[in-house]
Amino acid sequence: MSFSVNTGANRIAGKGRLSPAKTVTFTFDGRRLNAMEGDTLASALLANGIHLAGRSYKYHRPRGILGSGPEEPNALMNIARDKARRQPNVRATCQEVFDGMEAHSQNTYPSLTFDVGAINDVLSPFYGAGFYYKTFMWPKAAWKKIYEPIVREAAGLGKSPDEADPDRYANRFAHCDLLVVGGGAAGIAAALAAAKSGKRIILADENPELGGWLRAETSATVDGIPAAEWAAAKQAELAAMENVTVLTRTTAFGYYSHNMVSMAERVTDHMSKPDADLPRERLWQVRANKVILATGAIERHLVFADNDRPGIMLASAARLYLNHYGVAVGRNVGVYTACDSAYEAAFDLADAGVKVVAIVDPRTDVAEALLASANERNIKVLTGHAVTGTKGRLRVKSMTVEPVNGSAKESLEIDSLLVSGGWTPSVHLFSQSRGKLKFDADSERFIPDIHVEECVSIGSCNGTDEMEAALSEAMASAKDAVGGRAATAPKVAGFGSMSGHLIGSAKGAGPDDHVKAFIDFQNDVCAKDIRLAVREGMHSIEHVKRYTTTGMASDQGKMSNLHALAIAANALGKEIPEVGLTTFRSPYTPVTFGTIVNHAKGDLFDVTRRTAIHGWAEENGAVFEDVGNWKRAWYFPKAGEDMAAAVARECRQVRESAGIFDASTLGKIEVVGPDAVKFMEMMYTNPWAKLPVGMCRYGIMCREDGFIYDDGVVGRLAEDRFHVTTTTGGAPRVLNMMEDYLQTEFPDWKVWLTSTSEQWAVIAVQGPKAREIIEPLIDGIDLSPEAMPHMAIREGRICGVPTRLMRVSFTGEAGFEINVPADYGRAVWEAVWERGAPMGMVPYGTETMHVLRAEKGFIIVGQDTDGTVTPYDAGLGWAVGKKKSDFVGIRGLTRPDIVAEGRRQLIGLKTKDPKVVLEEGAQIVADPNQPIPMKMLGFVTSSYWSSNLDRSIAMALVEGGFDRKGQTLYVPMENETIAVEVCDTAFFDAKGDRLNG
Amino acid sequence: MAEQLRNLTIEDRKGPLTGRVFGANGCTLKPAAPAIRISLRAGAEGMAAAKKVLGIALPVKPKSTALKVDLACLWLGPDEWLIIDSADSVLPEKFAKLGNSLLSAVDVSHRNTAIIVEGANVEAVLNSGCPQDLSLDAFHVGSCSRTILGKSEVVLFREAENRFRVECWRSFSDYVWKYLADAAKSA
Repeated sequence: MSFSVNTGANRIAGKGRLSPAKTVTFTFDGRRLNAMEGDTLASALLANGIHLAGRSYKYHRPRGILGSGPEEPNALMNIARDKARRQPNVRATCQEVFDGMEAHSQNTYPSLTFDVGAINDVLSPFYGAGFYYKTFMWPKAAWKKIYEPIVREAAGLGKSPDEADPDRYANRFAHCDLLVVGGGAAGIAAALAAAKSGKRIILADENPELGGWLRAETSATVDGIPAAEWAAAKQAELAAMENVTVLTRTTAFGYYSHNMVSMAERVTDHMSKPDADLPRERLWQVRANKVILATGAIERHLVFADNDRPGIMLASAARLYLNHYGVAVGRNVGVYTACDSAYEAAFDLADAGVKVVAIVDPRTDVAEALLASANERNIKVLTGHAVTGTKGRLRVKSMTVEPVNGSAKESLEIDSLLVSGGWTPSVHLFSQSRGKLKFDADSERFIPDIHVEECVSIGSCNGTDEMEAALSEAMASAKDAVGGRAATAPKVAGFGSMSGHLIGSAKGAGPDDHVKAFIDFQNDVCAKDIRLAVREGMHSIEHVKRYTTTGMASDQGKMSNLHALAIAANALGKEIPEVGLTTFRSPYTPVTFGTIVNHAKGDLFDVTRRTAIHGWAEENGAVFEDVGNWKRAWYFPKAGEDMAAAVARECRQVRESAGIFDASTLGKIEVVGPDAVKFMEMMYTNPWAKLPVGMCRYGIMCREDGFIYDDGVVGRLAEDRFHVTTTTGGAPRVLNMMEDYLQTEFPDWKVWLTSTSEQWAVIAVQGPKAREIIEPLIDGIDLSPEAMPHMAIREGRICGVPTRLMRVSFTGEAGFEINVPADYGRAVWEAVWERGAPMGMVPYGTETMHVLRAEKGFIIVGQDTDGTVTPYDAGLGWAVGKKKSDFVGIRGLTRPDIVAEGRRQLIGLKTKDPKVVLEEGAQIVADPNQPIPMKMLGFVTSSYWSSNLDRSIAMALVEGGFDRKGQTLYVPMENETIAVEVCDTAFFDAKGDRLNG
Repeated sequence: MAEQLRNLTIEDRKGPLTGRVFGANGCTLKPAAPAIRISLRAGAEGMAAAKKVLGIALPVKPKSTALKVDLACLWLGPDEWLIIDSADSVLPEKFAKLGNSLLSAVDVSHRNTAIIVEGANVEAVLNSGCPQDLSLDAFHVGSCSRTILGKSEVVLFREAENRFRVECWRSFSDYVWKYLADAAKSA
């Protein structure tokens, strides 16, 4: 058999399940390579004879591909599709190749094969455990200039992309009766058995196809057909069922309370030219009645000297590369195992024509059947032996073998070394679900014990290695999840044994040594580092972990945790369960920010609220400002005007003729019911009982501590119906606070609250000509000052649509706020505009509104108050009902510190030089010549240029401010000290004559 | 002067989404026709009074609706309903005549707007932002719920197996529309 395209010299003809007819081309560090569709980057590199995949993090040691799945600690790549799409730290064992993919090794300079950072390997005696803690202690000054830049440069792997992510991401909430995590033999069997019930089932698996380790099998059968074929057939069967959702390339990474499991689905990462509409990844947030965890097991490596050379890899990985991908990882292969399953890998490789140099096994009691099978294939088995060293710089060249109980060394030439220390159940999700693990002394590993959530672990993640037993568990778990009778488990044959294990240091790597026997490859942690940590006083595994950083890399110690634990326990002279296991946390594997953010980017990052009149403002040149989530018209510059000029013009024009202002964003709450007035009395400091129907009042709302929380004008529409307005930003929290009191303190009161903020568009028409402008548009309301005085509210019609017309003013001018149903907002605005424009009316924005109200000394909650200001402090004591026996904040207002002298009070400031405008937030002192730090009396809260007064104006909170009227105070700034005079806050028309005009 | 001015009519009612259309992946979005809406709050007495005005009893089961021709009464809470009348009517006036002693009826016709989401993929599209179980068994035709879509509060009302009415506040509607469109593209 010959391939039309060469997809690598190590591709074994007739092996594997990929189609030679479908090939792709990619580059690795700039080198063009061919691969088969369905290859992972790892299998494609191995097929091309490339083991060297990266440099280690600390010592920059050459590292090869170690695994075949998410456990991979070494082969982390930068994967790029184009300039904007490049992702660091992608495990080559999980990334499928696609046509045009660019893969780059990481942590290498100037190149993968020659890396200057490798000097760290020589200097490694100085980089022991706790290196960072010990080395960078002093001098303190060195931190900023020397240590931190070095640490920053050295820390972390990969380079983040420097362009915005152009991809789309999606989210899906899903509910199901049963979620099966893991589509290996046990997961498939459980899902199938449960699916017959017709209940909703989701089966998720991280690989492109179901099967798990069945994909590594050759002669084993399920239901009489080859195991991998069975998996493929069952995948098709499940996918065709209406009640089943099969999600491949989907990693369940988080298990949260009440059976909420988060999963990341990689939708397009394997595609060469994905449809632009497809999300790159989709976050699944699944709420499941029951969860079956069939997450399998991960093989461990062995801890021996120089166990990290390229070409050394997990036996299970080598077997999967051969049987699924058709790739031989070497031609001259050694095996070092304490577990039976590695023998199967050796046998399969031998059967495929690869020379197996020797199987080295520290055990002396290896099963006769395995030894016989090896013998049949002429494979030398060295039982009771260990590998105590390796040689080879960029690829392993030889291994040193010696008896476990002896010292006769023998060197064997190899080009690959398969290792196995046994299998660690993947209990990550179970542990995340707060399930309790127990230590199984026989197999020396942690397995699920007590489930907290509605979940069950089956198969090898439950420590059940034997296939027949695993499938029985699958049947039982399916019955438990969906009811009915337990189905019969599929018949299995030909599966090998997974028994035998070794955790901790193998021969030569302990108990006391200086060799580099790696535990955690990604963080470069050796067995000796763990022992050093223990010697230096780290007795808890949590401390050992943080001191040595073992298990803290992006693989979370999937291969290393048990080794570290065993070595620590040994050094401490304790049993493993006494030392404990570190906590597993989500995510199981790294998750992109894109997936977590999903739809919430660009326009959907947050809600942008626009009023009904927004379009008109936009068309008429408004500049907008953000107020909470709202876009509000800030000012309306004419050609050639800057902000100051536009605001000055708007301010003058409103007081000279009229202005029109979009106040739609004001919060509005309708308070309705027989107890409405009682409720208003409780929520506001003001008295309400005597407010006549058809009139408004300015109300202040405090918190229980007596500090101002919000303010606004309230209109009484009926004895038992109020139209309450709030500040724009305060609308939601005011309604929340009202509802909170109503539901928790006064649940028996008959009063209901409804938000009407968005029901009404609010058009403020302010200025001497306001009445003249709107009068012809109004039906059914007498606008004469006698019939509709200041602070009146009337219901009638404007332009034929209903209106709540309020004669109120935040400018000091006579004016109206026209509330109309929002869908008519723009039409009514335009009608008013048509009337007003020829009469000199201008549109004005929030900046002019701020200036005009400041000229009148009206406060803005949140600007002139900061959550520590009482109505009295703000000069609004008149708004507190003196005869009231109760309201929210009444007791707060009698606290000793609230009634004490010397509180900060809101006063006006006039700069001695009228042209100088103070900075908001500037500090105020009595004596600018006092030594620093000066005694600060208060600060400026509002400050503007007033074109109407032709001078600057400001408000400030100043200690004992009310008694300082007429005093000169100082505002020290960087380059000057500004003298100011304390005055009243009402700068303009203090008597309010214009309001009644 | 007044007689020269044109009075506005229902034709002048401009919702925030007027004129928009969207379709992708077996899912279409369109703005719902203008409607009359009442936010109704009531206890037992008030419910009886409301029944007389509406000509139909208010639903009392969570997530349920009471329907009559153009009228839909959506249960939002133990004492809260959203009444939607898709024919122009004088419902607010009728409630106004009842007074405020038994119940609170507040006209929110313009506070809310609605998007009709329709198509075979409608559940998946809504579930891109709404955490509720929207399968037919859990959320059958005629079900309703006040819930969230992404960062926005919405009221869902399943009008047909493959058609939902999504009510939201008007200034949130641009966000809700774009969220649904984004979801439909990637569903």
